Amino acid sequence: MDKKRVVNVDIKQYGMIFMLIVIYLIFAALTKGATLSPANINNLVMQNGYVVILATGMLLCCLTGNVDLGVGSLVALTGAVCGIAMVDHHMNMWVAILLALLVGIASGVFVGFFVAYLGVPPFITTLATWLMWRGLTYTVLQAQTKGPFDGSFTFIGSGFLPTVKVPFGDGQLDLISIGVAAVVSVLVIVAEVKSVATKKKYGFAQNPFWQLALKDCVIIFVVFFVFYKLGRNAGIPFVLVILAVIVGIYQFITSSTVAGRQIYALGGNRKAANLSGINTNKVFFWVYTNSGLLAAVAGIVLAARNASATPKAGDGFEMDAIASCYIGGTAVAGGAGTVLGAVVGAFIMGVLNNGMSIYGWSTDIQKVVKGAVLLLAVTADLLSKRKK
Amino acid sequence: MSDYILEMNHITKEFSGVKALDDVNLQVERGEIHAICGENGAGKSTLMNVLSGVYPYGSYSGDIVYNGEVCKFRNIKESERKGIVIIHQELALSPLLSVAENIFLGNEQTSTKGVIDWALTRKRAEEVLAKVGLEHENVNLPINAFGVGKQQLMEIAKALAKKVDLLILDEPTAALNDEESKNLLDLMLGLKKQGITCIMISHKLNEIEYVADSITIIRDGKTIETLKKGQDDISENRIIKGMVGRELTNRYPVREGVTIGDTIFEVKDWNVYSPDDDEKQVIKDVNIHVKAGEVVGLAGLMGAGRTELAMSIFGRNYGQKISGKVLVNGKEVSTKTVNDCIENKIAYVSEDRKTYGLVLIQNIRENMTMAARRKYFSKRGTINKNDEIVAAEEYRKKINVKTGSIEQEVGSLSGGNQQKVVLSKWMLTQPDVLILDEPTRGIDVGAKYEIYCVINDLAKAGKAVIVISSEMPEVIGTCDRVYVLNEGEIAGELTKEEVTQEKIMQCIMAHNRKDD
Repeated sequence: MDKKRVVNVDIKQYGMIFMLIVIYLIFAALTKGATLSPANINNLVMQNGYVVILATGMLLCCLTGNVDLGVGSLVALTGAVCGIAMVDHHMNMWVAILLALLVGIASGVFVGFFVAYLGVPPFITTLATWLMWRGLTYTVLQAQTKGPFDGSFTFIGSGFLPTVKVPFGDGQLDLISIGVAAVVSVLVIVAEVKSVATKKKYGFAQNPFWQLALKDCVIIFVVFFVFYKLGRNAGIPFVLVILAVIVGIYQFITSSTVAGRQIYALGGNRKAANLSGINTNKVFFWVYTNSGLLAAVAGIVLAARNASATPKAGDGFEMDAIASCYIGGTAVAGGAGTVLGAVVGAFIMGVLNNGMSIYGWSTDIQKVVKGAVLLLAVTADLLSKRKK
Repeated sequence: MSDYILEMNHITKEFSGVKALDDVNLQVERGEIHAICGENGAGKSTLMNVLSGVYPYGSYSGDIVYNGEVCKFRNIKESERKGIVIIHQELALSPLLSVAENIFLGNEQTSTKGVIDWALTRKRAEEVLAKVGLEHENVNLPINAFGVGKQQLMEIAKALAKKVDLLILDEPTAALNDEESKNLLDLMLGLKKQGITCIMISHKLNEIEYVADSITIIRDGKTIETLKKGQDDISENRIIKGMVGRELTNRYPVREGVTIGDTIFEVKDWNVYSPDDDEKQVIKDVNIHVKAGEVVGLAGLMGAGRTELAMSIFGRNYGQKISGKVLVNGKEVSTKTVNDCIENKIAYVSEDRKTYGLVLIQNIRENMTMAARRKYFSKRGTINKNDEIVAAEEYRKKINVKTGSIEQEVGSLSGGNQQKVVLSKWMLTQPDVLILDEPTRGIDVGAKYEIYCVINDLAKAGKAVIVISSEMPEVIGTCDRVYVLNEGEIAGELTKEEVTQEKIMQCIMAHNRKDD
């Protein structure tokens, strides 16, 4: 027992981050550095914000072994609610946001009720909402685009945090961005030290020091890289704040709360979960209600970024969110997967989109490539499990 | 010289080092009904699976001589082509397909080019149904529109639709009521007149007495003897003696220093109906009680209703129209949901750990704390992972789960260690009453001993323990008192002093006779 217990860093988890970096570097080379520009990094964050939000909600559905197909349509519907409230009825922006969130929750409750208490399979229920909410959006918007929204609302989707700019090189640099990067780096190190201390206290297997150091260095490098680029552009986009809050909350819920772990238990073995006192119907209900809520948040962000509500908004977003979860290592049968994995998956999709667009590939070819990446990622995941 | 349709010579079959069959010999005469008897786990079903090709040639040693030639079946299709058809204990029917489709499942009646000829299918289905005494049934109805008894007959019709010379029936009457059973047994006698040889596995010795021409007894994977009607005594007592006549070695740790206290768990007038059929009563007027520090066994044959009783109590996870009272420490408590049971200090360790006990893709810690997490390992919904780790480590050491780390995935553990994880999971809910359903199923002897030690520790700690087991020696070896359950009723109650395997079997047989 005194033998020094050593484990290796979970390759699967960090393998995805590695893949993200590799894909990014490939496109940086192909486009001769065009994807490295500060403006493009900013675009990556802003364009993928809503997919990340949707992927977070979708992850919970995927953990139960199911999906929510209706979120793309719900993005459009909640955007339309914002538009109608603000443009047609001149409502206060906060009232409009509240209405949109309520519509999202109502849709989630609707799906949750059918799934959990009437036993209709989620695939069917959400296929229905996918159709219904899209049709409803076209109806309430009379197939027209509604807008423009005023600046205080569009700030949500395209605004920036205050900046403190100093001259730097051939342009300017925002010190707030650098400060945030520094704070994040310190937090990463503190968390690592704490985790090592806990493991020591309970005598758990430790990762070799060099692995942890390398891992943290890579994370800190990426953080500084991104925030430096943002600082060179226009500062920290407000969307990034929303993402950080949502990802933080859901990472906490899924890893450290009873409710969160109940989702994993349900996905891993529904019968065993039931016999362990977990009300699986209730879990299903809340998972789908939550998916509706996050779809509404994504809808608001998208409407704010576009400064308008269009009936076509969010078309196909559900597929991007599902793909993000599975590329991010979520088990196809449910029961395993992380919020951070889904976020990385979403950015892999985003980097692919972004890189291919800049390189000049048509959206048709982009779909082929994204499909292939999804298939490869899941196949690799399944094969690695079989070997074990 | 007798005319043997089948001789199985020196059959030995191992599962990862454990001999399930050890030099088994079986000789079946043409045109007879040959019964195979033995305790649960004696190897009866394994033997039939060897015969029908479920375990292919090469995975066992020994010879199968069928109609005078040595057979090397690689799968069921090959044995069926030779006219050997097996009907398993669980019906192999597709519930929503029609009767006619089910009868010709895998044996479709086609015109040229593989197109199904529905008219022919229906006509032939009616013909074979007539052979099993179901002349006037509508073959177009989905098969689940019929009761289990008729479904079982339809399953036989399905076998008759093929070329069949040797029909194997594994516990054919387990799910049937007396009248249906009688029908089926008479049908077997009818088939015998048509020259079809039958092998029948059954626990119901009165049925065996009724139809069988010879009886082969298997015990611990070995053939003990073959009794012939007319030559040997084939009374129930004689068969029981053959089935259980083994020596009991000291495989059970002695329980010392336990003081049995007051009754802390009681079930009163418990009645449950089948979830599929609200007319069929599965549990009838069951009354049991367990005292603090007492280990009480629930013995009975397969299908006696032991698990159904436990599951219907525990969160009403089985059955409908449940009535009766559950008392813990003299107070009536609700057991409507699993959480009610956990609150009221009742725990149930399921017989099927992989399906009902564990989340195989999660680690030991998460599985151990799954049931107790809400109550003991969280504050306002946030998990205290450190407490979880401490508790999981404590139980890992306490009941000796052999693993490198509590973060190991449960699916990668051996059966015995998995069982220990499930036990820990329920011990962590701090129960007063533990119902252990087949606590040692499918685990090796060493791990069994450790589980028995855990049971002793629980008794010492003043818990009420109920052990459900199909292995009679286990019930006898671990329990202070035994309830014998048969067909959903308490057929008898035996104290530690009086309980023997023969007594348990006699209780069951006496109860069966009372019903006839």
